[in-house]
Amino acid sequence: MPPAIEADGLVKRFGATTALAGASLSAAEGTVLGVLGPNGAGKTTATRVLATLLAPDEGRAVVGGYNVITEPHRVRSLIGLTGQYAGVDEALTGTENLVLIARLLGQGRAAAKARAADLLGQFGLSDAAGRAARTYSGGMRRRLDLAASLVGRPRILFLDEPTTGLDPASRNELWGMVRRLTDDGVTVLLTTQYLEEADQLADDIVVIDRGAVVATGTPDDLKARAGGAVLQMRPTDPGQVAVVTRIAGELAGSTPTVDQDTVSVPAGDDALMPAVVRRLDDVGVRLAELTLRRATLDEVFLALTGRHAVPGSSTDSDSTTDRELV
Amino acid sequence: MTLDRTLAGRPAADLPAAPPPPSRRATPAQWASQSLTMAWRSLVQIKHNPSELLDLSIQPIMFVLLFTFVFGGAIGGSTDAYLQFSLGGLIAQNALFLTVYTATGLATDLQKGTFDRFRSLPIARSAPLSGRIMGDVVRQLWSLVVLLAVGVALGFRITTSPLAVLAAFGLLVAFTVAFSWTSVLLGVLARDPEKVQIYGFTVLFPLTFASNAFAPTQTMPDWLQAWVSINPVTRLADALRGLLVGGPVAANVVATLLWGVAFAAVFGPLAVWALRTRV
Ligand SMILES: Nc1ncnc2c1ncn2[C@@H]1O[C@H](COP(=O)(O)OP(=O)(O)OP(=O)(O)O)[C@@H](O)[C@H]1O
Ligand SMILES: [Mg+2]
Repeated sequence: MPPAIEADGLVKRFGATTALAGASLSAAEGTVLGVLGPNGAGKTTATRVLATLLAPDEGRAVVGGYNVITEPHRVRSLIGLTGQYAGVDEALTGTENLVLIARLLGQGRAAAKARAADLLGQFGLSDAAGRAARTYSGGMRRRLDLAASLVGRPRILFLDEPTTGLDPASRNELWGMVRRLTDDGVTVLLTTQYLEEADQLADDIVVIDRGAVVATGTPDDLKARAGGAVLQMRPTDPGQVAVVTRIAGELAGSTPTVDQDTVSVPAGDDALMPAVVRRLDDVGVRLAELTLRRATLDEVFLALTGRHAVPGSSTDSDSTTDRELV
Repeated sequence: MTLDRTLAGRPAADLPAAPPPPSRRATPAQWASQSLTMAWRSLVQIKHNPSELLDLSIQPIMFVLLFTFVFGGAIGGSTDAYLQFSLGGLIAQNALFLTVYTATGLATDLQKGTFDRFRSLPIARSAPLSGRIMGDVVRQLWSLVVLLAVGVALGFRITTSPLAVLAAFGLLVAFTVAFSWTSVLLGVLARDPEKVQIYGFTVLFPLTFASNAFAPTQTMPDWLQAWVSINPVTRLADALRGLLVGGPVAANVVATLLWGVAFAAVFGPLAVWALRTRV
């Protein structure tokens, strides 16, 4: 089956800024493609190109079997879009916002009202249905915006950072909703800065940085590529963090990262853990915690781009630790 | 494989249970219905914000009262005579001021993601714009009725036929719709709804006041008269006067319509171009 979303060599420049520098991606029908990247990576630009809002300078994109440039109207009849900035009309009520979309899509008055009520219920907005969206909280607006993108029962859904600003409960609900949609065969392209989100939801991940794809694969592929396992140690005496860092670094042959009192180092082979334990025992360091875990996507991102995906996310203290060690 | 399918312009026939391909573009009937829906959208909010109706009424009422009672005696000899002269001008001025609504609304839609949402829907590309303008025409008519009612309450006498009054309504709508293209351009370029008001009024104040809307042309210096006599606001005001209280009509109506055509011809393409490049 042809991919539901396919982009090939997309280039988009804004003046001197190159927002997309030859990005290619593809999503099979009924799967979730996670587009991951830091601020300014080009996620929104890529989404806007695929959702027919923006013409690329170079490259081509096919969505639902139709070229986004030559047959935008057909693409639009297959897609739903929730942009990064809420597209609701704040002067209208929740119901009116959804009825508006339904009516624009050609639904009758009664059908439009029923669809609106149904979606408002699904997104926990029934109580606020008759209030102007202006009075909604940020998270409620976000949910209304998501509901609006589902009015036309799209086969392909673009979600640009859909959970930014949502509380954990709403985020979980949204994840559940995305899973239900894909069960029904809907294809979802979701951009996010949350590695956990991509890990939870995405069948495939595209990591983009400065407009170019730096890695693609399943979440597991990407983690494996970053070295697979990570050995994580926390000494009982926080004063011994430096010693642990030095020893772990020596044995692993790479620079550990330090987050508070926990030292993490890529565990290339199985022999690392016993070796570290023995050496630490020899020098009299006692560990309160010792775990061998798989790499997180943040570590993957760090390995791929040399930067953390989310600034200040976890192990930003590593550079200072290096200096202390010297 | 996918690329081939796309070049062919339709999904391959051998796909299982392929739904009929979606249409290539919206039909004129769909455009009309979508525009009406958009117009509904622009008006239904008044239900939640009824004070907007007051906004639409207070400023025209205030202008009628102030001009009639403050300047009326000085300019027109008596407040009664002045009202017969000025109401046509007040209607023209108010109508132009109201076109700023179109710009503010559009700028808001562009600033929030609302316009993007509309553009991601399989609807006629112009429906968001035409719907907004339709909604603003209703605002124009409301304001016009308020102005006429207040005018009549203060002693303004319509001395022509109902048909002429209807023609006045029609002319006003036709001109303001054409003039709205300037507003569309402003809304696209301003980027910020707050700035729209400032930009709008810096153009509209001189345009409407440097006309014969409030004072007869003969009282002005020669250099100003030259401009005032061709100013579209003057021609519109004179046409409205002719249609409401009598006087020359044909030449002013034609001049007004020509101005309308000129505005649409210049600002229409500019606005469409700005909208295309902006988004
Ligand atoms: N309309 C525009 N005009 C000028 N530059 C733009 C425009 N849109 C995007 N850019 C630039 O293109 C680059 C990519 O932006 P984009 O919004 O696609 O990034 P993003 O990955 O979505 O970032 P974020 O995580 O902050 O949403 C940025 O450098 C941005 O400043
Ligand atoms: Mg973005």
